[in-house]
Amino acid sequence: MTKRIRLAAASLLALLPAIAHAAEGHGEGGGMPQLRFNDPLMLAQIVWLLIIFGLLYYIMSAIALPRVAEVLETRRRRIEGDLEAAQQAKQRADAALAEHRAATARARAEAQAAIAQAMGQAQAEAAQKAEAFNERLNAQIEEAEKRIAAARDAAMGALRQVSADTAEALVSRLTGRADRAAVTRAVERELQARGHA
Amino acid sequence: MAAEGKIDALHQFELEPVFGAIGRSVNFTQSNAFMLLAVILLSVLMIWGMSRRAIVPGRLQALAESSYEFVHELATGQIGDEGRRFFPFIFSLFMFILLGNLLGLIPYSFTFTSHIAVTFVLAAIVFVLVTIVGLVIHGWHFFTYFFPQGAPKLLAPLIIPIEVISYLSRVVSLSVRLFANMVAGHVMLIVFSTFVVMIGSAGVIGIFGAALPLLVTSVLYAFELLVAFLQAYVFAILTAIYLHDAVHLH
Repeated sequence: MTKRIRLAAASLLALLPAIAHAAEGHGEGGGMPQLRFNDPLMLAQIVWLLIIFGLLYYIMSAIALPRVAEVLETRRRRIEGDLEAAQQAKQRADAALAEHRAATARARAEAQAAIAQAMGQAQAEAAQKAEAFNERLNAQIEEAEKRIAAARDAAMGALRQVSADTAEALVSRLTGRADRAAVTRAVERELQARGHA
Repeated sequence: MAAEGKIDALHQFELEPVFGAIGRSVNFTQSNAFMLLAVILLSVLMIWGMSRRAIVPGRLQALAESSYEFVHELATGQIGDEGRRFFPFIFSLFMFILLGNLLGLIPYSFTFTSHIAVTFVLAAIVFVLVTIVGLVIHGWHFFTYFFPQGAPKLLAPLIIPIEVISYLSRVVSLSVRLFANMVAGHVMLIVFSTFVVMIGSAGVIGIFGAALPLLVTSVLYAFELLVAFLQAYVFAILTAIYLHDAVHLH
């Protein structure tokens, strides 16, 4: 800025002789044409200025500027409306998102509950089945044990008979006679002594 | 212009009737023709430029809108809310002077703001408007403007004449500032551009010698574009400040 001023000042200084020369050597009365106030063109210029500036003021204030103001106002309203609509849309989106989240959470909870229930049911069923199976198994084991005991008893009964018969036969061969009752008692005694009663 | 080696820097300010016999009969000069051109260009800009009323403005509409908003900001910023009532006046004044200054920078055109009579009448319109606004709003109380509150009564004989003179000299300062800036700029422009022609006609050396004044002319022209805007702005903002004083009294 100072540079510019210095330049302007310097050029003005350089100009002074030229301006002075120009200012004096002039045909129509000399001096600046702007200061020739007795010129009828000067007065006319002012009258026309007033008319033309009045015209400009009328055009601007009555026609042009209200229109510009209207356009600016329309734009301002439009932008405000758009902003409001955008805000509302955002609120709706937020609400939808919240609802969606709640629904997801609810569904998850429900699913978890269903899983837990199904699991519990399955476990109970499995436990029940296992118990029934055990019971049946136990019954079968008991029955089998009973059968084994019966078989053994039968086997033991047969053993006594065979022992008595064998002993009688042996005794009769050795002595020539045999007392059936005494042999049976002796076998009984012997068996008891060996623990096979 | 460089007739017989003389520089006629002031011929450009000469008033000449235009539009033939009709123009001569009503003394319609080229100065008035450029005023009319300014009004036509402004109307084209502000009415035709805005005619599409687009939400997203085109170039011309953006120009019209930004000039509207620029001056509106200036008016309401300086005067306050009451500035809206004076906005059309300040807008007309600013754009009229701006276009006068800018049109004057087109070669062979005429700068109507380089006439003291024109700038003085514009300043006088401002002065009369400011005074009327002050009187209408404040009545007789308006004259307390010339004596600041709290000043010692003893100094009244000194302060009041000073304030009145400074109030009256607004017309002179407002008009002379614009007039002098425009005249000085255009005289310098024509002198340097005449140098280019004079030196340039002096053979081969002259062509190189003419480079310097040509450069100066170019720089000056750019500077004058700035001045054209600045002086219109100064005129408008001072008008707004004076209106603020009239509306608010200090």
